[in-house]
Parts: sequence; structure tokens; C-alpha cells
Amino acid sequence: MKVAEQDAKKPFVREFTTISGYPVREIYTPADLTGFDFQRDLGEPGEFPFTRGVYKNMYRGRLWTMRQFAGFGAAEDTNLRFKYLLKQGQTGLSVAFDYPTLFGYDSDSPEAYGEVGRCGVAIDSLADMEALFDGIRLDQVTTSMTTNAPAAVIWAMYLATAEKQGAAWKDLSGTIQNDILKEYIAQKTFIYPPRPSMRIITDIMAFASRHVPRWNTISISGYHIREAGATAIQELAFTLRDGIEYAEYGVRAGLDVDEFAPRLSFFFDVHNDFFEEIAKLRAARRIWSRVMKDRFHARDARSLLCRIHCQTAGVSLTARQPYNNVVRVTLQALAAVLGGTQSLHTNSLDETLALPTEKSVTIALRTQQIIAHESGVANTIDPLGGSYFVETLTNEMETAADTYFERIDAMGGMVPAIERGYPQREIQESSYQFSRAVERKEKIIVGVNEFITEEPPPVDILVIDEAVYQRQCDKLRKLRAERDGALVEQNLSALKRAAEGTDNLMPHILDCVRSYATLGEICDAMRVVYGEYQEPSIF
Amino acid sequence: MIARALRDAGMEVIYTGLRQTPEQIINAALQEDVDAIGLSILSGAHMHLFPRIIELKQEKKLDDVMVFAGGIIPDHDIPKLKEIGVAEIFPPGSSLEEIVEFVRTHVKKQY
Repeated sequence: MKVAEQDAKKPFVREFTTISGYPVREIYTPADLTGFDFQRDLGEPGEFPFTRGVYKNMYRGRLWTMRQFAGFGAAEDTNLRFKYLLKQGQTGLSVAFDYPTLFGYDSDSPEAYGEVGRCGVAIDSLADMEALFDGIRLDQVTTSMTTNAPAAVIWAMYLATAEKQGAAWKDLSGTIQNDILKEYIAQKTFIYPPRPSMRIITDIMAFASRHVPRWNTISISGYHIREAGATAIQELAFTLRDGIEYAEYGVRAGLDVDEFAPRLSFFFDVHNDFFEEIAKLRAARRIWSRVMKDRFHARDARSLLCRIHCQTAGVSLTARQPYNNVVRVTLQALAAVLGGTQSLHTNSLDETLALPTEKSVTIALRTQQIIAHESGVANTIDPLGGSYFVETLTNEMETAADTYFERIDAMGGMVPAIERGYPQREIQESSYQFSRAVERKEKIIVGVNEFITEEPPPVDILVIDEAVYQRQCDKLRKLRAERDGALVEQNLSALKRAAEGTDNLMPHILDCVRSYATLGEICDAMRVVYGEYQEPSIF
Repeated sequence: MIARALRDAGMEVIYTGLRQTPEQIINAALQEDVDAIGLSILSGAHMHLFPRIIELKQEKKLDDVMVFAGGIIPDHDIPKLKEIGVAEIFPPGSSLEEIVEFVRTHVKKQY
């Protein structure tokens, strides 16, 4: 055991570091901020470089959107949960899809076995999407959909559902995650290889800018990168570098940067280390605005905004003593708010055990409401601005991210870096180091490696109805029997031709969806053309 | 993570990657002539997929191959999985050392 031997030789020294292992000094003073320039480095909220926030009045104008991610079972089950959450004062919807849906398989395909409706809602066709939003006007809510490889198809289903409701596309607002780069880096729900996937994404950006102008086309996500074990700096750097990659592909596809950049948004994890997380969000805004200005010469002020959704860190939740998770989530949510997030999902205490119950998800939502309405922290903008520590950390994170940018630029960009496994390896190393640090008790996790009590699992967990699988299969059989089969075939062939050529894919995907082609059929049409990505094994 | 810890402990590890079907897992085990199969599942589908893997393992007469698993598996499912032949389940929070030690002591062949 090589590592263990090395570890045994190392004398134990108490180190003061963030949870990412970043060194923290005993005290910070004006000497740490030599050369700091208020106008250049902070500025007013709503003004370049947006360190203090993307909007002028921030939470005094409007609180962040409280958006709890939800999805399980069949569309009808999740529809009820959505209606419940809206009634509890939630202000936006966020859809979790099951694995088969994330991978572009129908519920009755062999790959879907055992997974239907389990960690998200099962969506096989437009009929399911209609049921998911039954009784919810799509021009009255904003909806975030966590879908990546098949994002174009899921979004087309949403657009077609809006059509059926009589809602105009120009009035629709929401987000598709559509961030395929972080799939290769961390989350791994990819279908096609990186290059054709990037083409699908530029098609989506072009289509949205013309037809669905208020839609956020990519939610460039650090969340999964962090959850896979990255440090805060790696999360920041890889996420923003992914953003640069999308912008470069967009420009290369002939789009004006100001046509699509205002619709890019970001999604960060908020982990346990309070100040590190706040600094990360502040640094992200400053870096992105500088990148858009200096590297892409954006002219529209909206292109410079790093609008952020945050989710508390799922990976920080513990299965042991699960009620402690409420406290972790509170601290993380507070960091997100002090960091100036635009929307927030707070995890539920039972999420290391199963999908959350209605009771636990209500506590998670109430946590945000207490921060918003009772703690007073939303009264003033960027209350930690000017703190020697927070400003120093913000500066240092920006510098560290720039170093990663240079390294990835030297590799020819993020796509080549991914193809050679660079960010994957960096994350894996950090993740491994952290696990070792926990095992050596250099990092303490309450209830896991310290302050342990034996207790029976105290929480009731959500059980997914086993009948969902059969119901989805029955629905699919009925759908395939009743739809116009010839029209479906014709639309799928047209999509295949478009995939081989250079036509924007979105109108073709929309035609397929409207004729009730299934998600699996549409993704298969593109699988035939693009192939499936086989990831290089690295560990 | 687990793959790396086992490798660092001197074992040969074949990492098949994510989202493999039971058939793919058993085929890989056959082809590589493994001593143990480690499964990780977070989605909640373990009560469907693990029995299928054990069933295929028996069909292929891989009797000496130990199956162990980890992931988001509720406590009340653990006895049922052990009953069908999963040697051990490591819930969230299990240490790498614990897992390495278990594999070391439970594979039939000793190295």
C-alpha cells in the first residue's frame, strides 16, 4: 500500500486550510490588499466587473428565486409535487429526469431496466411532457430542466407543450442545463462524442436567440465538477473555461457574441467552507465579465453578467446523523446568498438516503425563507465586500483560475483537454486527496469521522411506486399504436439528413416531437449519425 | 476512487466505466477472469439490478467470484441483498481502508 506508507512517514501537522486544501493565514490586513482598487476590482453592484452582484439593487429589488429540484415516478407524480411546491411559495420549477431520460432511452428499452422514474421523472414523449405541466401555464412560471445530452429534444418537447397551451415562445423563460462539457468532465451522462455535441449546442443557441429570446440556453455547471471531488478553485476554473469554450464555438459558428452570451448562465455548488464559497461566487462574476469584455469584445452589458444558480453540496450531506444536514444546508445556503446568487436549491436532509420526502423538502425550502425574511442578510448588498479576508481570497481565486485557463488554452481549449483526460485527472486527484484527508482526520466530518454516535436511521424515506415502469411501458405501446407512424418515420429521416449536413437541427427535432416520436427514437436517429462516446478509462 | 484505492493496495483493477448493464458487467468479469466484482449504484435501482447480476453470475458458473457493492442503499434493503449473495454493502461514509481490507480478506485467491 504505497500511499499508506507515505502517509505513515509524514509527521502530523495541524494545517489551516479551506475544505479544498487552500491555505488560510492567521489574519488578513490591508497589507494583503496592496494595490486593491475599489472601482477596478469591486465597482458598484450591477456595474463592471460585477464583483458585488449582477444587479444594481440585488435582493432589495427582488429576492433570489427559490427553486427546488424535483422529479420522480411518472409525469403525473411529479406534476403533483410541482403544484405542492408552488403552493408552498416556491417561485420557480426545476425538473429532475430519470436516468433513461438523461441518456436518451425510452422507458421500455433494455438499458432502462430498473431505473424508470427512480431518480427523476420518466419522459418518453411529448405526451409525458404535457402531463408534467398539466394545469401549469408555461408562460407564468420559469422552469429549469436538468438535461444535457438529449437537451435539444427535451427542450423541443417543452416548446411543443407551450404551443399546445397557447403560450407564445417569446414569453417563455427558463433554463436547460445543456452543458455537455461537464458531462465528459464529471457527471458522465453523455451520449455523442464532444464535437457533434458542441454542434447541437450551437444550434440550440442560434435557435433560441431567434425564437425563444428569454430562454437560458446553457447553465454552465460547476456543481457536478465539485460533487465529483474538485476543489473550489478547480470548480471555478473548469466551469468558466467551459463557458469560454461554448462562447468560442458560438462565435466560430458565425453567431455574434452578444446574440447568445446574455442567455448563458452558471450553476455552482455551495460547499461547507463558508468564506471560500462566497469568494468563489464573487470571483466568478469578476472573471466572467473580464473574459467577455477582453477576450470576446462583448458590447451588450448583459453579455458580461455571470448570473448564478446555486445548489447546496449534496456530497457534503451525511447518511449518519442525517438531521445534522439541516445545519449544513443552512450554512451553505447562507454562503450562496452572501455570495449574491440569483436562484437557489437547498438540499433536503434525507438526500443521501433517497429522493426527499415532501416533509424534508419543505424544511429545505423553509430554510431559504428564514434566511430571506428573518436573518436580515438580504437587506444590504454584498455585506462582506471590503473584508480583508474575503477580498484576498477572491483575488487569489481569480489568479488561480487564470493559471488553469492558460494551461487549458495551451492544450487547444477545453474539448482537446477533455479528450486527453486533463480536467478528469485533476479532479480525481483532488477527490482522492480529500478522502485520504478525511481518513487521517485532517478534515473532520461531524458524525462520520468524529463525534460518532450509533443511532438507527431515523427518517422515513420516499419509496418510488414500482408500478411506474409498467405504466410507462403501457403508455409507450399505446402511443406507438395510435400515432401517425409514416409521419414519424419521415420526420426521423429528415432529422438524420440534417444531422449529416449543416441545417439547424432544432426545427427537425421539433417536427419529430410534434408527431410524437419518442425520446429514444429521436436520440437514436442522431446516434446513427454521430456514434456514441466511449470515455478513455483513467484512474 | 475505489478503483484507485484498490489499485494502490496492489490489486489489479479493471474499471468498466459507468452505466454498464448486468450483461456487460458479467461478460467483463468472465473475460477478465476476476476474483471479485465491485458495484456502485446511486440511483435506487439496486433491488432490480443486483439480483439480475447475481442470477447471471450463477448462470455463468462464476461461483468463486465475490460481489460487493456500495452506494445509496437504504438499510432495510441490505439484508435482502446479502441473502441473495452480495457479500457486503458499503453505505455512504464507508472508508476506503475498510473496503480495501474487506476485499483483501474475502477474495478466494490470496496474493
